[in-house]
Amino acid sequence: MSARTLMALLREPSGASGLGARAWNGVISAARAERLLGTLAVRLEGVEVPEGGRAVLVDALLDTEREARIALWEADRAARALAPLGLEPILLKGAAYAAAGLEAGRGRMIGDLDILVPRDRLDEAEAALLDAGWEWVKPDPYDDAYYRQWMHELPPLIHRERDRMIDVHHTILPLTARPKPDAAELVAESVGVGGGLRVLSPEDRVCHAVAHLFADGDLSGGLRNLWDVRCLLGEMGDEAALERRAARHGLGAHLARARRLADHVFGARGERLSLADRLFLCRLLARDGWGRDGAKLLGLAFYIRSHVLRMPPLMLARHLWTKWRKGHRPV
Amino acid sequence: MRHSLTLTIGPARFRIGSAWKEPIARLRALYAAYPQEEGVADFTVRLEPAGVGRRWWRPSVRIAGDHMLPDALPMALRHGLLAAEMGMNLQMALGWRRHLLIHASSVEKDGRALVMTGESGSGKSTLAALLGERGWRFMGDEFALIDLADGKVHPFPRLVSLKNASVAAMRVEVVDGARFGPLMRGTPKGDIAHLVPPAAATARMGEAAAPALLLFPRYGFARDIRPVGQGEAFMRLTQASTNYVALGEAGFETLHRFVTGVPALAVDYESGEEALELIDALWADLS
Repeated sequence: MSARTLMALLREPSGASGLGARAWNGVISAARAERLLGTLAVRLEGVEVPEGGRAVLVDALLDTEREARIALWEADRAARALAPLGLEPILLKGAAYAAAGLEAGRGRMIGDLDILVPRDRLDEAEAALLDAGWEWVKPDPYDDAYYRQWMHELPPLIHRERDRMIDVHHTILPLTARPKPDAAELVAESVGVGGGLRVLSPEDRVCHAVAHLFADGDLSGGLRNLWDVRCLLGEMGDEAALERRAARHGLGAHLARARRLADHVFGARGERLSLADRLFLCRLLARDGWGRDGAKLLGLAFYIRSHVLRMPPLMLARHLWTKWRKGHRPV
Repeated sequence: MRHSLTLTIGPARFRIGSAWKEPIARLRALYAAYPQEEGVADFTVRLEPAGVGRRWWRPSVRIAGDHMLPDALPMALRHGLLAAEMGMNLQMALGWRRHLLIHASSVEKDGRALVMTGESGSGKSTLAALLGERGWRFMGDEFALIDLADGKVHPFPRLVSLKNASVAAMRVEVVDGARFGPLMRGTPKGDIAHLVPPAAATARMGEAAAPALLLFPRYGFARDIRPVGQGEAFMRLTQASTNYVALGEAGFETLHRFVTGVPALAVDYESGEEALELIDALWADLS
């Protein structure tokens, strides 16, 4: 169970010096698979690691530095494309952490650019981005219509010259999800970080990370998202404000679970876990020493859960039938 | 995983795991001259069943590991050795950051390296293997690793991957049948057999050499030699490099130093003997 060793090292980096080559290789493979190798490299700076291990960590750090540079450039390009509309894009997730210089951004892989714009300005924003060289990548009319009707974001766009993807959000959860975050409030409370860019307020950043982790998706890559939550909570000033905010977005229970799990996985382990928490924990720590998912059935269960969360039963049935006819099969 | 092996090739150490015994046993034998002690690996490669039950029923290998291609086709288990080689190449191509990595073969003589790059089928692999049997030190047939600090070429002498007609050609050249791996017919890349590089290649795989000549060989065209300008060489090498973009400024500096310091020629040839003769003449001209 190498994800557990990875978890132990992220919590207490000094344990690295005692690792043998076999355990180390397991940690590296698990960390790569969870996209946490750069984060681990940051945590292990100045700590003795097994011989040959430092080079792997240095490579990972260089990769994440490049990722951050590219992500901020993409953010800048998006800001420039939207500036004529008087719109400042609100960066989400990795790019936001990098732009705001947050701990969660250190060593983090970023990938696609995620931005939030007010829903009533979505059409304008899309037109401006298309003008500036982004193109649609979902050729299927069903997928396109599905995104536009039910999702919290536009169908993904990709830039034709730079080959980088942008997800334009108007809220932080699919419209079909049970919790209904207050998107207007997310926009109203966002804060500028310079360069024509904004990020969510500290409280909303936590709410988004929590929503992303527990209220959307099948928890693949969840350990990294939980690390984000741990870092964001660590930089939170006003805990009571956060509770009020989560309640307002309908994410109070999710926040409580995120606190318990972050405390258990990366923290002091002061909180008791419920039975359901333990299922989440198994899913988050399923990576084995070869970088494989060691709990495939549990993964399938969470995959099914992600669909149940996303849609009411009848709609889900119709969606699955349509996707099946188009030849889509779950992996 | 059930079967595994640690393998050091040049500067990179691989941990290879497999659901089946055969690919690991083959690797262990063919790489007998390479360090195989366990240690901290740079990359992990997995050869795993391509689906439920595919360990036993029509066994089919998915190449997986630290770095993966999302839509890679599974391979038959009888091609497992090739799958392992492809898995290792993939890790290097997608993950290696400590040198500028160029899709090229390289050989060394008198402390200086000859680098040959070109499309698949250009003959760069076979030429390097031939030269390795004729007084040159074989450094690698797949990747030339260019040092980011001093521009030297580092060896990556994995097994030579011989395709189609070059298998027979090398069987004439190499008398020792034990140096050949099994002939794998009908792989996605044609008929393939692996060749164990000469002993000097593995014994000296830590020794870099300064590049002295860059060739763009092309097999099957009438004998011709053309100079290649620095700009063209630069552009062609960016395409032949798998990590030029990922290395950023360091990649640019290294490639710039390479093309401004190393003469480049395009060489067309119709037979291996002809190419060897051309290379000997060009090499003699250098000094």
